[in-house]
Amino acid sequence: MTTQLEQVRERPQAARVRRSRSNWPVFILLALGGLVMVLPFLWMVSTSLKPSTDVLTLPPRLIPAQPTTDAYTQVAQSFPLWRALLNSFLVAALTTLGQLVVSAMAGYAFARFRFRGRDALFTVFLGTLMVPFAVTMTPLFIIVKQLGWTNSYAGLIVPAMFSAFGIFLMRQFFLALPVELEEAAVLDGSSTLNTFWRVMLPLTGPALATLTVFSFMASWNNFLWPLLIVSDRNLMTLPLALATLQGVYPGQTQWNLIMAGTVVTVAPMILVFLLAQRWVVEGVTTSGLKG
Amino acid sequence: MYERGLSRTFTLALFLGPALVGAALFMVGPILASLVLAFMHWDLLTPMRFAGLANFQRLLHDPDFWGALRHTLTFIVGYVPLVMVVGFLVALGLNARIPGRGLLRALYFLPVVTSWVAVGLVWKWLLNPQYGLLNNALGTIGIQGPAWLFDPYWAMPAVILTSLWKDTGFVMTILLAGLQNIPPEYQEAAAIDGASGPQLHRFITVPLLAPALFFALTISLINSFQVFDQVYVMTGGGPAGATTVLIERIVKGAFSYSQMGYAAAMSWALFLLVFGTSFVISRLRARWEP
Repeated sequence: MTTQLEQVRERPQAARVRRSRSNWPVFILLALGGLVMVLPFLWMVSTSLKPSTDVLTLPPRLIPAQPTTDAYTQVAQSFPLWRALLNSFLVAALTTLGQLVVSAMAGYAFARFRFRGRDALFTVFLGTLMVPFAVTMTPLFIIVKQLGWTNSYAGLIVPAMFSAFGIFLMRQFFLALPVELEEAAVLDGSSTLNTFWRVMLPLTGPALATLTVFSFMASWNNFLWPLLIVSDRNLMTLPLALATLQGVYPGQTQWNLIMAGTVVTVAPMILVFLLAQRWVVEGVTTSGLKG
Repeated sequence: MYERGLSRTFTLALFLGPALVGAALFMVGPILASLVLAFMHWDLLTPMRFAGLANFQRLLHDPDFWGALRHTLTFIVGYVPLVMVVGFLVALGLNARIPGRGLLRALYFLPVVTSWVAVGLVWKWLLNPQYGLLNNALGTIGIQGPAWLFDPYWAMPAVILTSLWKDTGFVMTILLAGLQNIPPEYQEAAAIDGASGPQLHRFITVPLLAPALFFALTISLINSFQVFDQVYVMTGGGPAGATTVLIERIVKGAFSYSQMGYAAAMSWALFLLVFGTSFVISRLRARWEP
């Protein structure tokens, strides 16, 4: 009996020791992989800090011999890059704000109000999630054009404010909150709007944070929709500006200028990720969104 | 819920109104319009004409559509298994107790948050046949790298590898969340019973991870049917049309050739592919977890 018990106790320990020793090759492989993940970003920053004469050198130098920010000034002279940065911020912020308001209110209605056709309506909302953007793209373009919103902030922002995913997320969150909270508020004479605003909404912090990240990132990285409705350089968001920039310089591509543009596009998202890692991971994985 | 009569209707309209108007104008409306368009001829200039099934018949015999479908499927066949396997292995590795785990997880996730247009351009530069980092690195170990995006044979593999780089962190994160939900007792029990490392993963980890694996697989498949941004930026569908994909074909059909009806028909074909694939996956999943 005792020997058996001792064996049982010993085995997992032995297994643990074996595992931790065999972890070293795993660690080295993973670290090499991690290097592969960051190297493109280092190469991007490095190229953006090179003067035009140093870009096409052999062998390539990872650390610029004479670092300079010339590429950033040059690209801004030939293309409204800073304007694109501002546009991206404006569009992403307003889209997110709109999506939060619309999703929270509709999500609350679907979770708590009782009205005829509620579940059917909600199913319709969910159903739209299965339809690829390519299907709605053409009619959406025509509608936006009829509204006179091509080449406008409204065209970039308003259609993106309505997200079935956002409504779904908020509804699920509200459903998980106890009804007793609202009943108490109503007994105290609080109106529905007041209950929603003062009692319920403050409890949805995590869902709002997830949705904020999801919406901001989706808007910041969105490319196809701006490509369809914006041709005015002063209204371009960063991804569209970058894609356009690629064709601006005739002949040999000016890689230091292009990379300066990519740094401006990528850096804010990386900053957001570093500051709000948890919510970014949550926002990306629950929605299945990929930049 | 609480109020009655007029006030109740007003409250409902206040909460649901914006979403309903938005959905009608920008979600459900366009879907229905697209369904109608698929059975119409329309070039935006002359009035719409009823086309019957002509757009779908045309699609069956359109070499450009089939080419784009073939390239999209090539992308999927190359990319999805790769990203699932690599994402799984990285998740396993980063679930173990190793030094710098938090930092490594963040590094792998970094590409996920970035814009495809931006990192597509970075990779285009890395893959530059002459001055790019990759071919120069290959050169130092005596390998003459291909022309990548300029070579019809290598362009798609290059796009697949770039996509693997960008999305590994995505799959990894979903699977890591799944792995953390597996009680360590299960694995310890199996280890006590003498299960080896690979056996442990085959019989304990993978079955318990099935929901996360299926989720990651479904999302990866749905997204890769709609591959577009990276291709647009890196190859523009070239060289020699070797990387044209479905979305690109639909965008061109609608916005370059003004064939609104035909583009709509192609987009519904894409929908059927996506829907059919998700359906098959959900069936497999139902069989896996009865």
